[in-house]
Amino acid sequence: MNLPSATLLAQSVLSGVFIGALYGLLGLGLSLCWGMLRQINLAHFALAFLGAYLTYQLSTVGGLDPLATLLVVVPAFFAFGVLMQWLFARFAITPFNSLLVTFGITVIIESAIQAVWTADPRMLDSAYGHVKFKVGALYVPLPELLTLVLASLLAIAAWAALRYTDLGKAMRAAAEDAPTAAAFGVNERRLGFLLSGASAAFAGIAGLCLALSFTLAPSQIYSWVGVVFAAVMIGGLGNPLGPLVAGIVIGVSESLTMALTAPAWAPLVSFSLLIVVLLVRAEKI
Amino acid sequence: MKSAGKFVAPIAGVALVLGLAAGPSLAAPSGPPIRIGSTLSLTGPLSGTAIIHKLAGEIYVDQLNRKNGLLGRPVEWIVKDDQSKPDLARTLYEQLITVDKVDLVIGPYATPNIVSAMGVAQRYNKMLVHHTMGIPSLAKYEMQVPAWSVGPNPETTVPNTVLDALATLPRPPKTVAIVTSKFPSVYLMSKGAQDVIKKRGLTEVLFLEWEFGNRDYGAIANRVKDAKPDFVWVGAIGLEGNQLLDAMKKIDYVPPLHFYMYPAPGPLAKLPEAKNALAASIFEQHPPFTNNPVAAEFVKLYNDRAAKAGLADNAVETQAAASYSTWQVLEAAVTATKGLDDKAMSDWLKKNQVDTIQGRLRFDRNNNYGDDLMRVKQVQNGQWVTVWPKDWAAPGARILTQ
Repeated sequence: MNLPSATLLAQSVLSGVFIGALYGLLGLGLSLCWGMLRQINLAHFALAFLGAYLTYQLSTVGGLDPLATLLVVVPAFFAFGVLMQWLFARFAITPFNSLLVTFGITVIIESAIQAVWTADPRMLDSAYGHVKFKVGALYVPLPELLTLVLASLLAIAAWAALRYTDLGKAMRAAAEDAPTAAAFGVNERRLGFLLSGASAAFAGIAGLCLALSFTLAPSQIYSWVGVVFAAVMIGGLGNPLGPLVAGIVIGVSESLTMALTAPAWAPLVSFSLLIVVLLVRAEKI
Repeated sequence: MKSAGKFVAPIAGVALVLGLAAGPSLAAPSGPPIRIGSTLSLTGPLSGTAIIHKLAGEIYVDQLNRKNGLLGRPVEWIVKDDQSKPDLARTLYEQLITVDKVDLVIGPYATPNIVSAMGVAQRYNKMLVHHTMGIPSLAKYEMQVPAWSVGPNPETTVPNTVLDALATLPRPPKTVAIVTSKFPSVYLMSKGAQDVIKKRGLTEVLFLEWEFGNRDYGAIANRVKDAKPDFVWVGAIGLEGNQLLDAMKKIDYVPPLHFYMYPAPGPLAKLPEAKNALAASIFEQHPPFTNNPVAAEFVKLYNDRAAKAGLADNAVETQAAASYSTWQVLEAAVTATKGLDDKAMSDWLKKNQVDTIQGRLRFDRNNNYGDDLMRVKQVQNGQWVTVWPKDWAAPGARILTQ
């Protein structure tokens, strides 16, 4: 067996960082909803793909720059997130039932995507997709770099907001002990709307990244669920930086597994890491 | 085996079918409908290809009903969504036969689902004509009828056809990288290619496999680039080929020669990086295939229907042709036996051949498979064109290299 070249290894690490950033971005809203609203929101993945398809549509038919589509997608998704939270609050959905309800929403969104865009694969041919930078022997594609930058900025911004702003502190308080927080004047209901809206908006932004880097098909919604759940759980629920860090660890591990052994082993990585984390530090999740 | 001349030779069984097919009156069908049941993967990972089968089937049923149906009765196609899940396909076929009480069944798309449907058909002694079953050795049921013309040993014959084509190049490949999905029918072909490559004295510089549903092709692209092969055999189904090419583009790698086993044809042809990509084919919408008036009519209808359905690519190629051929086989059996007796139809098909738009099909070799009619096609100017064998090549087409 030939040993892999240094370039191959380095490029694999870089690919792993990029894909890991996308895991982190997809996991950001999921983690916040799960950790702070106690909702296991499977529809987050469907929303991300809906965002990707809207980016595709607005860019290819509407002629908008893909980044400019965020001006439409983010507010629309925020509103959708608020609506979802209102429904969840109105019907007092429990955490377990949220899994079932959001799975149903996922199926509905998948069917809607298929009805509008058909099951035929779609690919966004944007100017960004053709740009890449060469650093030594390594290639850095612009769409992946954008994903890394967006994922990092959003994760850091969310972390800083939760840690340093009054609003963030109120959210954390409400998540930790809602009755006591309410006694101090924290409006849990409104904060829930804000958090759910922000999480859905994050899904929309992840959709942009999906559209820039991947061929889209409605059925692919489900192919991200396992690994992103692993990133969220390893990263810690409600921790904005956790999914990004865990996603990058998983991404790099997967990439190196594919570079050094059979690529078929790669899917085992995320779940093996999850099992290890559950065994070693289950109390932190 | 691959010459066009052989397919135009007169055969008694074919003449019978053609005669019967040409003879029906144009009276509107009447009476209770003949109900034909099937599933297709209308959602799930196989849906991108299954939608092609849905359109082809709808066109065929419309054409039948515009003539005088089957046996003078209208035809109703009941198609259910198996969600790309073999276990669900099994349940739905059971439902079609026992609850919907369909008169005939026809296959779903993709090998695992066909195997599931076959088990149910066997339990109820129903004939199953199916489109695209790529593992002939699994087709043990005596009343299953494959319209997928890969022959009984595609793992040997298909790679040989591809390498025969490449051997005609001024600089034929000497080193080969095989990268493959573990999707069953694709994997069979890729493992077969590995053996064929060895027997033909070529050097295998890389063999990689990934799980169906893999998302990240970056590392695989890197390893192919690192191996520097003359030819890359990509055992990919659906979008996997596109995803690998996307990953190759990101590292500025262009394979010198590249072959894709079962690609999503439209999306691959539209991808700039797929320039000169090769694939196996049974039909493309150019002469000599379209010299057949039935094929030409189907092409026209399909192009129109696919455009209305919003498909990214409206051309008739392998999948649509396989689907249409399946219906042709079923119609031939019903018409020739003048009834809906599954055993009688199955027996008739084993003794006769049926002219379809992909060529003349026979069902009398191992597990009812016939000849391997697979040809080689290539993406040229964003379109698939057949390049091998020469008898079936598009006018003036030859294999292009990077």
